[in-house]
Amino acid sequence: MFASFMAGTWIAGSAVAVVAGVVGYFVVLRGETFAAHALPQGAFAGAAGAAVLGLSPVLGAGAFSLLGAVVIALLGRRGRHDVAAALALVLLLASGALFLGLSTSYAPEVFSLLFGQLLGVGLGDTPAIVAVSLACVLLAGALFRPLLAWSALGDASVVRGRRSAAVEAAFLVLLTLATTAAVPVVGAFLMFSLVSAPAAAVRLLARSPLVGVAGSVAVALGIVWASVALGYLTSWPIGFFVGAGGALSYGVARLVARVRS
Amino acid sequence: MRSEAAGGRAAGSGGAALGRPPVLSVEDVGVVLGGRLIVEGVRFGLAPGEVTGLIGPNGAGKTTVLRVVLGLVRPTSGLVRREGAARRPGGLAYVPQQHLVDAELPLRARDLVGLGLDGHRLGIPLPTRRRRELVDEALERVGAAGFADDRIGRLSGGQQQRVLLAHALVARPAVVVLDEPLANLDVRSEQEVAELLGRVAAEHEVAVLVSAHDVNPLLPVMSRVVYLAEGRAVWGTTEEVVRSEVLTRLYRHHVDVLRVHGRILVVPAGPATRVDVPDPDRPPGSDGGVEQVR
Ligand SMILES: Nc1ncnc2c1ncn2[C@@H]1O[C@H](COP(=O)(O)OP(=O)(O)OP(=O)(O)O)[C@@H](O)[C@H]1O
Ligand SMILES: [Mg+2]
Repeated sequence: MFASFMAGTWIAGSAVAVVAGVVGYFVVLRGETFAAHALPQGAFAGAAGAAVLGLSPVLGAGAFSLLGAVVIALLGRRGRHDVAAALALVLLLASGALFLGLSTSYAPEVFSLLFGQLLGVGLGDTPAIVAVSLACVLLAGALFRPLLAWSALGDASVVRGRRSAAVEAAFLVLLTLATTAAVPVVGAFLMFSLVSAPAAAVRLLARSPLVGVAGSVAVALGIVWASVALGYLTSWPIGFFVGAGGALSYGVARLVARVRS
Repeated sequence: MRSEAAGGRAAGSGGAALGRPPVLSVEDVGVVLGGRLIVEGVRFGLAPGEVTGLIGPNGAGKTTVLRVVLGLVRPTSGLVRREGAARRPGGLAYVPQQHLVDAELPLRARDLVGLGLDGHRLGIPLPTRRRRELVDEALERVGAAGFADDRIGRLSGGQQQRVLLAHALVARPAVVVLDEPLANLDVRSEQEVAELLGRVAAEHEVAVLVSAHDVNPLLPVMSRVVYLAEGRAVWGTTEEVVRSEVLTRLYRHHVDVLRVHGRILVVPAGPATRVDVPDPDRPPGSDGGVEQVR
């Protein structure tokens, strides 16, 4: 499984796991798992739309998750994002279905955008994925303190500091970038699992923010590596192992938290 | 309808009533929210080293006035001058009303306090010695050192209140604004936190503005009062403001102020007295009337 044709898979998988771990920490902290669910669906719809027009699916994925982020930000300006995210999700899924219907010839390619094609990533695809991942991690690092402060303290942090709208927008840009990097690799459905499960598991155990992020990245990496290995050995879809690994890590964390207290 | 400075001496421009130039002054502020006039003609100043109480019943507009002071709500008329406060690096700090953090928030008390120091900066919070010392000192000062390493969401409301106070104080602000910080506390903690506010104001030259619905817990530490009722405000020392004539004029109906055993009882003679007056439209014995003994 460490043959050279697998190098792209390992590199892309690792990059996506790191991004999902870092971004996921903030998604879970802010209780925005729903937005993290909706945006990958947007990415799927965008990729399908791009396929209809004969454009690059990654470009379409990026454009549509950005659109989704803007819609969520505008609709959810006051209060929580749940309803706005749900509406955006339905809209995006519907247009994705439409685009799929319009472009029968590209259907298999788009189908893989839903469930990922980690094993199909070649070495040539990795520079772009690694670059976007790096940008995500740097952006998350820059936003670390304002995001943390605003999530934990609300108005009390806004008084001295940055406007909440600016932090909000930057966070959605981060989520968009992460989605664009990850969806072509792990697929829209699994992106959500990889973003939310490790972070949610670590949230139950970690107390300080730096430990939380590091732990979340570690769990995400563990899930991806194990999934690639198991997928290679069993030739079952990797997606199954990613989803199951996420659920398993969360379950174990709950158990440990229960025993601890 | 404008805020009347209480008593003859304190009347006139706000600054004149303070011994020292204010670090922040509220000048003739009016606020309309959702098409409704919430407050009007509010004026007061905050001097360094003093605790000012913003007193008023529920819905009087205390939170609204505090948010105007902080710049979170734009006043419809009038203005807030913050030049004095802006000259100090710590600026303004805020402890909101009943801000209970998410029970599952994966942060320790000390992480939250650390965000008061540098939460507005970009980058990650590097654990330096200086940062740790400042955080420890702030936690110590509010009596929260004992739970510095506990998860913040697992602390009681009163404990969280102290941690939030430490968060507000850690950057050495010029003005600290606290919205009903005593609401969650038992009598002893109430006393302790009030004393703490007095000490913080005096020792660190901070102007403390604290809202409450009752003057009594703040009496030992409060230099001045902004009394808010019926959309208007009176500002002055406690003796000047919390008097029957002044509050009667503010509420526009008779208010008795009784001083008993070092406590002040404010007794509006409005609805409370009306309960005893029989209502001609209502049969005797219905709610609000005098209870009948059978
Ligand atoms: N955004 C808003 N839109 C419309 N009305 C508002 C808004 N915010 C507050 N109000 C109204 O302004 C009035 C004053 O509210 P505020 O929260 O300032 O009172 P308060 O004195 O802090 O009360 P409490 O003691 O209950 O905290 C209330 O009648 C409230 O309904
Ligand atoms: Mg209030």
